[in-house]
Amino acid sequence: MALKIIASTCTGCSACEPECPNVAIREKGGTFVIDPKKCTECEGQFDAPQCVAVCPVDGCIKKA
Amino acid sequence: MSSPATAFVSIGDLRKGRQALSAVVADLPDTGGGCGSSGGAGKSSCGSSGGPDDMPAEIWDKVKNHPCYSEEAHHHFARMHVAVAPACNIQCNYCNRKYDCSNESRPGVVSQKLTPEQAVKKVLAVASEIPQMTVLGIAGPGDALANPKKTFDTMRALSEKAPDIKLCLSTNGLALPDQVDEICKYNIDHVTITINMVDPEIGAKIYPWIFYNHRRYTGYEAARILHQRQMLGLEMLTARGVLTKINSVLIPGVNDEHLIEVNREVKKRGAFLHNIMPLISEAEHGTVFGLTGQRGPTAQELKAVQDACMGGANLMRHCRQCRADAVGLLGEDRSEEFTLDKIEAMDIVYDIDKRRAYQAKVEQEREAQHQAKVDALAAAFDQQLLNVDPDMTVLVAVATEGHGKVNLHFGHATEFQIFEVSQSQALFVGHRRVDLYCQGGYGEEEQLPSIVNAINDCHAVLVSKIGACPRDELTAAGIEPVDEYAHEFIEKAALGWFAGYRERVASGAIEHHERGDARIRQGAFSGPTVAAA
Repeated sequence: MALKIIASTCTGCSACEPECPNVAIREKGGTFVIDPKKCTECEGQFDAPQCVAVCPVDGCIKKA
Repeated sequence: MSSPATAFVSIGDLRKGRQALSAVVADLPDTGGGCGSSGGAGKSSCGSSGGPDDMPAEIWDKVKNHPCYSEEAHHHFARMHVAVAPACNIQCNYCNRKYDCSNESRPGVVSQKLTPEQAVKKVLAVASEIPQMTVLGIAGPGDALANPKKTFDTMRALSEKAPDIKLCLSTNGLALPDQVDEICKYNIDHVTITINMVDPEIGAKIYPWIFYNHRRYTGYEAARILHQRQMLGLEMLTARGVLTKINSVLIPGVNDEHLIEVNREVKKRGAFLHNIMPLISEAEHGTVFGLTGQRGPTAQELKAVQDACMGGANLMRHCRQCRADAVGLLGEDRSEEFTLDKIEAMDIVYDIDKRRAYQAKVEQEREAQHQAKVDALAAAFDQQLLNVDPDMTVLVAVATEGHGKVNLHFGHATEFQIFEVSQSQALFVGHRRVDLYCQGGYGEEEQLPSIVNAINDCHAVLVSKIGACPRDELTAAGIEPVDEYAHEFIEKAALGWFAGYRERVASGAIEHHERGDARIRQGAFSGPTVAAA
């Protein structure tokens, strides 16, 4: 159970990084990546995955 | 300091403005004042008068070297933006996040993102190279306060290393109430809030969603929360004496009339300056508005809304809608000289005394110019009333490279300043960007129609010089090319030309006709920077 960021549509804006309650997001070569081992899809933490809710690009963050 | 009246404001206006100001200030809890709050004869705009006459001394001190807050200052002092804040917490229909935010930086131009450390280094490099650089802003490309750590790390370092530089930031206001303490901690004394509506019904057409308290809100609810946070943030800043500028994007058919109400509401809450900007909207920007065909306003549509707001918060008319990484005087961009690799190679010596000495010299020059302008005007016109409508006003376009004078060749202009001229005053009402007519010494035939479009609502264009070819074409388009006021002060030149125009109308030599509308140039400013010469 994890989400992933589609690098080709990521704008590198960094909005998702500080929102992640599991500190699973980091920058890699100008865009951002999610560590699947840390990602919980915010289950039990928030109503919706925080990275998806704040991301400005529709469809950029999907289920891995 | 003695206070000569500026060309824009009558003494009566000033007095009325002052009284209204003290009345408003008395209503507000512990504000730092703010001439934006002056009601009544709101023509005494600090945004465009540029003089110390119409505001309290402590406010004048805050704005006099700030090119975004003082129309006159923007010819003398430079600002820079550092792009340390890429993240945003809302989505606007005029913004495409694949490019920069078109709110403060035009879309389609990719900027170099900076870390706070890189930003500080860049600021010190620019400040050493351009001593008139007095203002540092964080304007995106996202929202300054949606990136609080990056924004305030930058501000903290700068307040230590370059204490003479004024700090400012711009925000959509959503996170503002939570950050007011931090803003005050680093002496950030200018904050710009983009407010496009005070009615969530209208807001829902502009903002598809916001991210707030760990949730994405959409529709009416999103706009309602944003509106409440904007108003609360503005009130808090006013209470702490921070000067606020309100930016509003004019979106025809969505918020055009409504901006008059926005103006009233922000004025009531102590906003210092209101800047109404045209929507920039082209399909290739990939914004929602660009893709749905929502157009930007024409020059006259923009002016009509600005004019309707004249009695409210002071209007800013000289905004150039610059990018989130612009460097230099308003309307010019020297950011190419200060890319990261170039800064690496620079030997940076931040000499605060040298900067102060330079700025003092600029200040002297500027006061001398101001006085010369006032003298020239006082001596100039006492025109007898003619057999012509005394309330007649026309617009004139002016080619200038600064110093308040008509001193630019038509072919070298990348923008024209627009003045509204009546019998008794010439009022700066805006500017129009154009593509350069002269390139490599030859006139570009195909550029002329676009220049005519940009100033088509003007009766005349005042220039220092103009070639025979554009002269004929302008005349054919009904715009009179005027070069006999070369190197005169703009107001004096405009009033002088208008006096002659009225005489010609009175004598029957010409007939007075209303002019049509003009087109606001879309897209990024691409011409070479004239002011650098």
